[in-house]
Amino acid sequence: MENSGVGGVYQYFWGYASESIQLACKYAYPTATAGCTLNEKGIEFEIVPVDLLKGEQKNPEFLKLQPFGVTPVIKEGDYTLYESRAIIRYYAEKYKSQGTDLLGKTLEEKGLVEQWLEVEAQNYNAPAYDLVVNLLFYPKLGIPVNADLVKESEEKLAKVLDVYEERLSKSKYLAGDFFSLADLSHLPFNHYLVNAIGKAYLIKDRKHVSAWWDDISNRPAWKKVLEL
Amino acid sequence: MVVKVHGTNYASGPRRVFACFYEKEIEFELVPVNLFAGEHKGPEFLKLQPFGVVPVVQDGDFTLYESRAIIRYYSEKYRSQGTELLGHTLEDRGLIEQWLEVEGQNYYPHVYTMVVQLEVHPLIGLPVDDKVVAEHEEKLAKVLDVYEERLSKSKYLAGDFFSLADLAHLPFTDKLVNSIGKGHLIRDRKHVSAWWDTISSRPAWKKVLQL
Repeated sequence: MENSGVGGVYQYFWGYASESIQLACKYAYPTATAGCTLNEKGIEFEIVPVDLLKGEQKNPEFLKLQPFGVTPVIKEGDYTLYESRAIIRYYAEKYKSQGTDLLGKTLEEKGLVEQWLEVEAQNYNAPAYDLVVNLLFYPKLGIPVNADLVKESEEKLAKVLDVYEERLSKSKYLAGDFFSLADLSHLPFNHYLVNAIGKAYLIKDRKHVSAWWDDISNRPAWKKVLEL
Repeated sequence: MVVKVHGTNYASGPRRVFACFYEKEIEFELVPVNLFAGEHKGPEFLKLQPFGVVPVVQDGDFTLYESRAIIRYYSEKYRSQGTELLGHTLEDRGLIEQWLEVEGQNYYPHVYTMVVQLEVHPLIGLPVDDKVVAEHEEKLAKVLDVYEERLSKSKYLAGDFFSLADLAHLPFTDKLVNSIGKGHLIRDRKHVSAWWDTISSRPAWKKVLQL
């Protein structure tokens, strides 16, 4: 992984491998979610770099793959799929019988995994994204930081994390006493909060959220993503 | 035992669930939550749904919230009855998930913001911010251009079959077309318009509107 120092932009420049799943990336965070899931399932993949700073995600070639001009997108033979949370659900289901179980064991457990994936997507993602983009990427791109938005986002995220704290005081992981896609989908942004934008206290000040973070961030599949 | 849905007949999240239940022929009971009185922020409700939003379902001992999680769970649980909403293959399912995510991440945020400004604010005595509306309308227009392209090649979003991905769009598109006067966003796009006509004339959706 290329890390250009404190507050640096995480950009993955992976080399080409042979066949199998191609994962196109821009920023680390949603691509890291997809990569981590594939790691948990023991599935080999190849990263095809997409250079954000050069705006490659808006090239006509790329837009044929992903018409909204964002990453990741996977290509497996003729099959193309985008949206990181769709990609992780697809692979978790396809490779259900190998690697880590990421969807729980019963239909009800899977329902709770879906619930917390949606909580991440609808409640956690937006304020976390605004914090990361303003504090990590905008300085790099010479765009002024929106201080009001940063303050507002932090307040929103704090309230969301209070609910997580309550949940995790009763349950080892979000969907129950088992690691799942719901926990996994939080890895990249939590990583930025703790390690890149000086907001570690949001996690560390909450006893159960902190313990949960220590647990999930020490998983080998996640560490493998960080070593790329 | 009948599934309880805590919500209202007019809020979009619960409507998504009702649409799914009607398609899957699942009996349910609507337990009204008084949103205007702030019931969803009260301690009793927060025990059920700690983020203080509707819907939340109670199915015996099992409680589940987030409408898009609820519709996925029930579509799977009742796979063998009613309309098939999850496609036929794993790859179909993948594309359904893709378009569900597109709805949740690209479509919904803009429509929601416009609905809050144009429908909710007047009701609660807050001013409408035209700049915010215009900004989100512009972004939504770009998203709908992608939908137009997709639907020119595919009858429904995930393929040539109706699915959860289309269903998920029903409530907020209804708001767009019928409540906040932004129907042109749909009508000006030939294939999006045809798609909207098709999905909104499904009997299950019509039942939701009659609740």
